[in-house]
Amino acid sequence: MSEEIIICRDVHKWFGDFHVLRGVTTTVRKGEVVVICGPSGSGKSTFIRTLNRLEEHQRGQIIIDGIELTHDIKNIEAIRREIGMVFQSFNLFPHLTVLQNVTLAPIWVRKMKRSEAEDLAMQLLARVGIAEQAHKYPAQLSGGQQQRVAIARALAMQPKIMLFDEPTSALDPEMIKEVLDVMRELARSGMTMIVITHEMGFAREVADRIIFFDQGRIVEENTPDEFFRNPQHERTKLFLSQILHH
Amino acid sequence: MRLIFRWLRENLFSTWYNTLLTVLVIWFLWVAFSGLFQWAVRDAVWSGGAAACQQARQLAQAEGRSWGACWTVIPENLKLFLAGTYPAGELWRIWVCVYISAAMLGLSAGVWRGLVRDVVVALGAAALVLLVLPFSWTERLWMFGIVLALVVPLGLRWVARSRIPRVRWILGGGWLALPILVVWLIGGGGPLPKVESTQWGGLMLTVLLAVIGIVASFPLGVLLALGRQSTLPIVRWFSILYIEIVRGVPLITVIFMASLMLPLFLPGHLRIDQALRAMIAFTLFTAAYIAENVRGGLQSISRGQIEAAQALGLSHWLTTLFIVLPQALRAVIPANVGQFISLFKDTSLVFVAALLDLFNIGRSILANPQWLGTDREVLLFVAFVYWVFTYAMAHLSRRLETILGVGER
Repeated sequence: MSEEIIICRDVHKWFGDFHVLRGVTTTVRKGEVVVICGPSGSGKSTFIRTLNRLEEHQRGQIIIDGIELTHDIKNIEAIRREIGMVFQSFNLFPHLTVLQNVTLAPIWVRKMKRSEAEDLAMQLLARVGIAEQAHKYPAQLSGGQQQRVAIARALAMQPKIMLFDEPTSALDPEMIKEVLDVMRELARSGMTMIVITHEMGFAREVADRIIFFDQGRIVEENTPDEFFRNPQHERTKLFLSQILHH
Repeated sequence: MRLIFRWLRENLFSTWYNTLLTVLVIWFLWVAFSGLFQWAVRDAVWSGGAAACQQARQLAQAEGRSWGACWTVIPENLKLFLAGTYPAGELWRIWVCVYISAAMLGLSAGVWRGLVRDVVVALGAAALVLLVLPFSWTERLWMFGIVLALVVPLGLRWVARSRIPRVRWILGGGWLALPILVVWLIGGGGPLPKVESTQWGGLMLTVLLAVIGIVASFPLGVLLALGRQSTLPIVRWFSILYIEIVRGVPLITVIFMASLMLPLFLPGHLRIDQALRAMIAFTLFTAAYIAENVRGGLQSISRGQIEAAQALGLSHWLTTLFIVLPQALRAVIPANVGQFISLFKDTSLVFVAALLDLFNIGRSILANPQWLGTDREVLLFVAFVYWVFTYAMAHLSRRLETILGVGER
């Protein structure tokens, strides 16, 4: 068994009185692709945001690549350098060109030389299929292209883990495939990935494991085959019937 | 010609009521502006000094009709309008300041694209227009020098670009040093004979106060805005206290305090120059307003932008510097330029510090018995000069918005 890169033990989080995460315990091994699904408001998004400390957990333990997440800002920044994140709403920087979006963090956080960073960025942009748009601004690109830039931007930090928070939910149907293709390729290259998505075809094909969230807890955790063919819990069955036969 | 007729018919006389409206409007314009035209152009005195005006007025009074404008008050007092009571023998120092600034602009236009080049073209055109006006030949020579100072460095830009690698940094440093150099040239010190700031005046003083106020208050305002959002309680409370106190006090009070009360609190041997005190007052005052504008911009940046930067591992300061500030400052250009325009006009309040800027020089000219009764001419001229400058600022800000807005659609 390969090493465990993410370890979560009994993670709790409250938004005021609202108990969002009610004791999440799981581990992710290096190179594993984990798909998280569940109804909205089940805490899945909050959960992956605790992994790079965009949300703070209030109880329990999160250990990323051997470093525990605490209040220490140095620790947090070190962990964030190792974790790439892709958002539902892209969050590209609108005042920077595509190339500048991708090179900003390598230059200022990794202290890479500008020319080196630009070479790396062009490679990554070619990998996600938009090298020719490098000097445009985000607003001049389509949604699918913007999301691919966002993936390239996260990859430019050469992270060990990639988090995807509903990366295709804000896209028009015809653009979903181009983003999923990039993610498929990334999964094949051995990247450790945690993906929140409702694209069950993608989950079935790419995921090593599927985690089902409901009401701040992990309800069910299984291989895609077992998960789809033989769901254990009533809640999972209901969710699957709603999402597969709508 | 045919086209003109067609345009007239289509736009002004297309129906009977449009025709009626057109005739009415023309009649109204005639009633409203014929008097102005008679006064400002037909009966106006354009040259010949105060005596010519007096003569024309007496003649008109004898004939029982109204007399025209005495425009000659402007060229006769041009030196006062432009430089106040600055010693005539030292005027070359102001010209040198103008030349250095023009040359810096020209060089910058060569190195940077876009906006600076527009400024250079506009200034060059303005200088050429001035050449046509009835100035003496020596004055024209000085003005032609401005055109040269603007254009020659523009031609040198290839030299500058190819030979000096860090030309942008050098130029940037030059711009930072420029205000200090200008203040030294105008105020004197060292080898240059000293000119007390009470002798600075006119447009020169107005521009100097405004430019230094703008340049100094902007960074201070940004720092205060950031301070107001700081997580450090001392910094935050200081910023809030500062902003709210300064905004609660009228500008004229701030200048009054700076010019009259500050010396009471400072030890006797420590005398701060009068004009410098006014500059500090304008800077501190404007900074509070800039801070509130910028705060509005900071709050308009979406949470997602900051999260994306954090997720990439950017520290708080890098996020502020590269992600938040550029977007926030762009969003508040109109508000900030509005603030700067009002600063430019508010420089006329320096009379409480016994300084004579453009407007107050105008008032002092009117107090001269020789120019009695030329209020309208002087005030119109002063208003026109203010308008030219503030309009230029407004126009530049719009251009800046378009240029910086490349990312948005």
